[in-house]
Amino acid sequence: MTLDPWMIAIIEPLVKSLVVIIALLTLFAYLTLMERIVIAKIQSRIGPNRVGRVGPLALLQPIADAVKMIMKEDFIPAQADKLAYILAPAIAVGTALLAWAVIPLNPPVTIGDYTIHFQIADINVAVLYLLAIGSLSVYGIVLGGWGSNNKYSLLGGLRSTAQMVSYEISLGLSLVGVLMISQTLSLTKIVEQQSGWWFVIFQPVAFIIYFICMLAETNRLPFDLPEAETELVAGYQTEYSSLKFALFYMAEYIHMLTVSAIAATMFLGGYQGPFGILPGVHWLFIKIMFFIFLFMWIRGTLPRFRYDQLMRFGWKFLLPLSLANVFVTAVVLVWLGK
Amino acid sequence: MPIDFLPILVMIAVVAAFAAIALILSGLTGPRRPTRAKLEPYESGMPPFGSAMRRVSIKYFLTAVLFILFDIEIIFFYPWAVLFRQLGLFGLIEMGIFILILLVGYVYIWRKGGFDWD
Repeated sequence: MTLDPWMIAIIEPLVKSLVVIIALLTLFAYLTLMERIVIAKIQSRIGPNRVGRVGPLALLQPIADAVKMIMKEDFIPAQADKLAYILAPAIAVGTALLAWAVIPLNPPVTIGDYTIHFQIADINVAVLYLLAIGSLSVYGIVLGGWGSNNKYSLLGGLRSTAQMVSYEISLGLSLVGVLMISQTLSLTKIVEQQSGWWFVIFQPVAFIIYFICMLAETNRLPFDLPEAETELVAGYQTEYSSLKFALFYMAEYIHMLTVSAIAATMFLGGYQGPFGILPGVHWLFIKIMFFIFLFMWIRGTLPRFRYDQLMRFGWKFLLPLSLANVFVTAVVLVWLGK
Repeated sequence: MPIDFLPILVMIAVVAAFAAIALILSGLTGPRRPTRAKLEPYESGMPPFGSAMRRVSIKYFLTAVLFILFDIEIIFFYPWAVLFRQLGLFGLIEMGIFILILLVGYVYIWRKGGFDWD
């Protein structure tokens, strides 16, 4: 049986997106468990122990959490803006998932006369697509904060928006340095170029700037002011319950995975191994988990910024630093005659 | 090529379906016992005071405007960065002038206190 090329053009991305989304949701479930265990170890606590503390039984914890979440009452506050309130968690999780459409996961594999590309969409403006989708994720948070009609939610949503847009500028600028070396916006080509040297070696400053912005973009400590529990209850999530709350939680963790994957792809060679050893999806996974562990380590170690410190750091330090990085990279590249 | 974007449209459909299922499922499972107190906005146990949907601090607006200004300028860097090696010294000088103009505005905002939160 031969399939119509149009059918293949629809079915192939359909299968790929389903696989990627299911993999990400599974990973999300186990990241919540991993975070609880890592934070417990850092703080010398026992950690989750009701389902099982050691052995295979402990792996059932996320399933117990999920069942509990689903069985909770899902209410809509009487004064909420219903459309914004309901749409916000969907937008938050949707934008976090959509960024994975352009990330190359594995080198292409050829079976017979059919080549499988382990990337949902190989577009030539992938970096711009990532920035665009990243910007959209603000909508989920600001709509959730505003639609709840709760003062804590509103403040959390506004803080988050101001913080994310402030750090997005430095984030965008830090990627410019990589683009000047790669000369392309296609992530496939950027990863292929890193089969030898990873771009982090040529752009260490940009990598550090990106890493700081990555913490701010995902609203994680030390930049978790939008949901600073001591002052804002739970920020924009305050009025959410049941699966809607779970969707926000999911969005946060998948966003962490997404920014880690972008960092791994742009700076650490994506699926390329060190010195070209066995390229494959396992390297991407190891690099992502490295960043995820850093996220948790930082959460367990650092105190929270004050809001004015956060804004000052972003605008008065990171922005000029990333501009200087772009300019110095340009001068060096011209100097070397490349 | 526009056809390259077709897989993204497919993925948008899958993601939208997932979000819709999750939102509908949360309405079907679980109890449904609304009370007046439960549906009120949470204000740490105090009776809610007024609506939250009202005017907010001007600082957030200022940050948003600054973001739009700078973000557009950052977008100009992208085509330049991709073509940088072909442009060579010419590209460097051009961008030097661009960054200089950008810095004039940046210093002006700094001196005016646009980046100060307090």
